[in-house]
Amino acid sequence: MYNKGTIIPGLIIFVLFVTFPIWFNGLTTAGDLPKPELPPGGEKQCVMPADYMRANHMQLLNEWRDNVLRDGDREILEIDGKKYPKGLQMACMQCHTQKEKFCDSCHTYAAVDPYCWDCHLTPNEAASKEATH
Amino acid sequence: MKYAFSFLAVIALVLIAWLGSQIPGMQYLFGVAIPYLAIMIFLGGFVYRVVQWAKSPVPFSIPTTCGQGVSLDFIKQDKLDCPTKTSEVVARMFLEIFMFRSLFRNTKSELHEGPKITYESSKWLWIFALLFHYSFLVIIVRHMRLFLNPVPAWLQFLDFMDAGAALQVGAPLLYASDLVLVLGVVLLFSRRLINRQVRYISLANDYFPLFLIFAIATTGILMRYFLRTNIDIISIKELAVGLVTFSPVISAKIGSIFYIHIFLVSTLLIYFPYSKLMHMGGVFMSPTRNMKNDSRAKRHINPWNDPTIKPHSYAGYEDEFREFMVDAGIPVEKELPPKKDDE
Repeated sequence: MYNKGTIIPGLIIFVLFVTFPIWFNGLTTAGDLPKPELPPGGEKQCVMPADYMRANHMQLLNEWRDNVLRDGDREILEIDGKKYPKGLQMACMQCHTQKEKFCDSCHTYAAVDPYCWDCHLTPNEAASKEATH
Repeated sequence: MKYAFSFLAVIALVLIAWLGSQIPGMQYLFGVAIPYLAIMIFLGGFVYRVVQWAKSPVPFSIPTTCGQGVSLDFIKQDKLDCPTKTSEVVARMFLEIFMFRSLFRNTKSELHEGPKITYESSKWLWIFALLFHYSFLVIIVRHMRLFLNPVPAWLQFLDFMDAGAALQVGAPLLYASDLVLVLGVVLLFSRRLINRQVRYISLANDYFPLFLIFAIATTGILMRYFLRTNIDIISIKELAVGLVTFSPVISAKIGSIFYIHIFLVSTLLIYFPYSKLMHMGGVFMSPTRNMKNDSRAKRHINPWNDPTIKPHSYAGYEDEFREFMVDAGIPVEKELPPKKDDE
């Protein structure tokens, strides 16, 4: 083998790059799975079944955002006698009051950084803002 | 027809994964066993190929000289295109690997009436290759968020920039790299079809990686934006982190589109070391780029020279064969010693 001095270090660097996730995780266990906390109020009913919400909640919220802000369509959804105004704070966060224990648990795990909170406030933040004013 | 064959091969792979992953128990094969096998073949095959190349001697000093070499003091050397020092070679290789400088030099020739031939610069291949390779790199790095727990901040930043570059379109956010990768593959494929000369020399193994990567990108995009049923990112990440910590689990039902995606990626990894895709390692190993053009200053010894074969000068040759040369009437530089008469 010729040029061992450069080729062998090169190959080692390549293998380290490819196996990056293995040693970066420190050869440890997989770590904890996120456990989103269910609504503290004990509500069981949502606008859609849980499976659908798990997979598609971001698309639903995006649709609501477009309906309300772009088309001015503030039609209130009624599902099984319960009324849901279209809105993150007005609907979702009425039951899922704890962003940190519900939204963030999965979002942090999957490194998703939704821009909802650029404008919206969590109930805790809203309360603290009200107190300071 | 060469592209039809490659296309059908990719369709067959999709069908295998789609139908196979529906069979109970086969999820483990597609989600765990094949990915492990693929990464082992990829690493082993890659190292094997590079070592094989490293074992091949380079008999001559063969850097491609594309500019003025070192000459008299008042003639300016083209340091990047005719390097004589290691630092110049490193600079040349850097630009080759990161900017695809050889493709930048691509030209096209056309025959016009007359007949008259014209040559002009053709930068399309260079542009398409840049779009394709860099978006692919970003996508691969971005996928690390599914393998790392916790996710490092720089990775989140890359993700943020990639989604932000496409101006927060849709939910989940559209990635700029997704768009550019598909664009790059389509352009590279169109080039093979539209450019007659390139089409003539294209083989099934030129089309196959393009179709395969196109299918990988398509399944990924479908999974992220459209076919979201049973695509729960948490259980997918659980599997991915499980794979790299050697404790894989498939705890929930994951949609077929995921298994198609991961099977195609495994195919790409397995195919990699045996195909033209090895240009990833080969670009570092090409003697026409990584050698110095110093053959006049420093003798390049052919490594396969047999050390037992000694140099044989003309004087030595004549000494050995002088008698026969004189006999045959061939002129010699040194005459035969005068013979003593043996009477």
